[in-house]
Amino acid sequence: MTDQNKTPATAQPDWARFLARESFIELDAMGRARAVLDPGTFRMLLGPFDRLKSPWLPLQNIVTQADDGVVLARGTIDGQPAVVAAIESAFQGGSMGEVSGAKIAASLELALADNEKGIPTRAVILFETGGVRLQEANLGLAVIAEIHAGIVALRRHVPVVGVIAGMVGCFGGMSLAASLCSSLIATRQGRLGMNGPEVIEQEAGIEELDSSNKRLIWQLIGGEQRQAIGLVDTLVDDDAAAIASAIRAAFARGVPARHRSAQVEDYLAKLAAIDPASPLEPNALRTLWGKGDHE
Amino acid sequence: MSDTVPFESRGRIWLRALAGTEGSPSFGKDSVLQADVALGDHSARLLAVVPDPRNRFPRARNGEVGLEEGWTLAKAVRSVIESDHDGARRPIIAIVDVTSQAYGQREELLGIHLACAAAANAYAEARLAGHPVVALLVGKAMSGAFLAHGYQANRLVALDAPGVLVHAMGKEAAARITRRPVAELDALGEKIPPMSYDIKNYAKLGLLHALIAGVNADAPTPADVAAVRQVLIDAVADILLSGKRDLSTRLNSPAARVLRAASIEVRRRLAEQWAGPAAASGT
Amino acid sequence: MEILKYDYPAATKAFSHRAHVGVVGSGDLEVLIEPSPDQGAHVVITTSVNGFGPIWKNVIDRFFTRFDQAAAIEINDFGATPGMVALRLEQAVERSRS
Repeated sequence: MTDQNKTPATAQPDWARFLARESFIELDAMGRARAVLDPGTFRMLLGPFDRLKSPWLPLQNIVTQADDGVVLARGTIDGQPAVVAAIESAFQGGSMGEVSGAKIAASLELALADNEKGIPTRAVILFETGGVRLQEANLGLAVIAEIHAGIVALRRHVPVVGVIAGMVGCFGGMSLAASLCSSLIATRQGRLGMNGPEVIEQEAGIEELDSSNKRLIWQLIGGEQRQAIGLVDTLVDDDAAAIASAIRAAFARGVPARHRSAQVEDYLAKLAAIDPASPLEPNALRTLWGKGDHE
Repeated sequence: MSDTVPFESRGRIWLRALAGTEGSPSFGKDSVLQADVALGDHSARLLAVVPDPRNRFPRARNGEVGLEEGWTLAKAVRSVIESDHDGARRPIIAIVDVTSQAYGQREELLGIHLACAAAANAYAEARLAGHPVVALLVGKAMSGAFLAHGYQANRLVALDAPGVLVHAMGKEAAARITRRPVAELDALGEKIPPMSYDIKNYAKLGLLHALIAGVNADAPTPADVAAVRQVLIDAVADILLSGKRDLSTRLNSPAARVLRAASIEVRRRLAEQWAGPAAASGT
Repeated sequence: MEILKYDYPAATKAFSHRAHVGVVGSGDLEVLIEPSPDQGAHVVITTSVNGFGPIWKNVIDRFFTRFDQAAAIEINDFGATPGMVALRLEQAVERSRS
């Protein structure tokens, strides 16, 4: 299998492969969606010429983008019908507004309707988002709840696969969406956390977390750590082909017997073993929690 | 709990008032309360997250949804699903007064996002399994904490009272981050309803099933409790009547047709484009 | 935020394709180009930076010294330099041909 890359950072990298790869991180949302689908099957939905833009940003004198920062595309993955939602991080930090969020929620709802009719449409979400778009506050929060609902309903039929490639990462309410996915793929450049480091520092003080300590942040919420403690399933290199094949492997595994977000007793036991009064090093947690028992 | 007076909180007040109990019946953790209430013909399960000044996780002592609160809520909801598996699906009422998710280094490391997702997951599965799920907003319904505890409900109902609010970010933090004075944020909220901290403006978004006026949120009278109980009974009846287990009612209200017109338009246009030109020509 | 509109009635050659390039991100812009609804060309610019009307006019005028087709162009700008704007316009035309 191409995933579960355990190469330590100190090992000699495979330069030939490294130089031949196509960076996924450097692709825009459309390029990413295209890279994920079977070649030649990409068909964009609600593209820029449909001009479904944010109705709320112009009221605050903020320039809109014609697709509100989410590229939706249909096509196939391993020959099966699929929909991909790719978030464009360059527009408003990939934040979820009414329209961008509704695009993702609606695509999950239509994929569910397909499955209920016997068409096994599968879904991939390419996360790159700070969470709610503050200028659309409560509607951003509302659509994120609808995305959660859409993932939970759809993943009973087919896997919903999430990818966190970087460099923005996945935060806020969308970090919950990522955790609800049947399978989660990340690169070392991807970060997954609920509260951004700056927000934690602001809410809880610098003694709780110094957001300028980048090394610590990566140790806490970077893709490698997340995979090492079982909160991400597959760690991949920043390589479009590797990500495409990890997505296919995730679909090949099928719907997990028990999704990670449903492993209640396991995680309550894991938390019970933690003493909040003692310091906890990210590396120590790797030993304590090990790899996820997911699948 | 004997040597300290538990923090009063609206979650605790309303859970006790509706259940008619004096104590604070916790579910595995002092910050997660569970009780039952008769709602017409149904017995409903009430769940609330409340402050616990002795919470072993210090960042979750003020009514935040922390690591253990998220997973414990998930366990509580799932226990209802499991015990009703072969029988009538009990209504589940999430009493919402949650200040935020827990902010902390330890929380991030240990996956606060997954803990909150687990709770949202459990509520969504209860709804999909046919449990009527109602969120009763009696205080703050903030951001990720509300996503975990309440936002997956079939129906949202709220007290129209000071201190009841839904938002993605606390007002002070939002003022800092957007570099706007708090007064300006309030003015903006009047012009742009999704930005507002006022529950009446939230109601304009069409997401609420009912806004309950004339109730004392901090010290409910028996008449207040009866009024709220009746709204919950009506909400459960409305869920069962609709037969729907998804969140589509949030887009069907008259208010949503105005202020969430874009959400509705996205769904309409996407449905048109979904099958593609090949399928449109028909087989 | 400022909205600027320019018309080029002399640009009448038929334009039949459409293309989209760019993103409304820091220092960048998106360009949507498609057939004009009438005989001439039209440009609508929404920019995050106020007070640069004359510079925009200059960049767009220069573009239309070489481009003579009846296209409708929408530009959504997030602080791009004139050089970036010119580049995105060229890319949009190029992509509309492919």
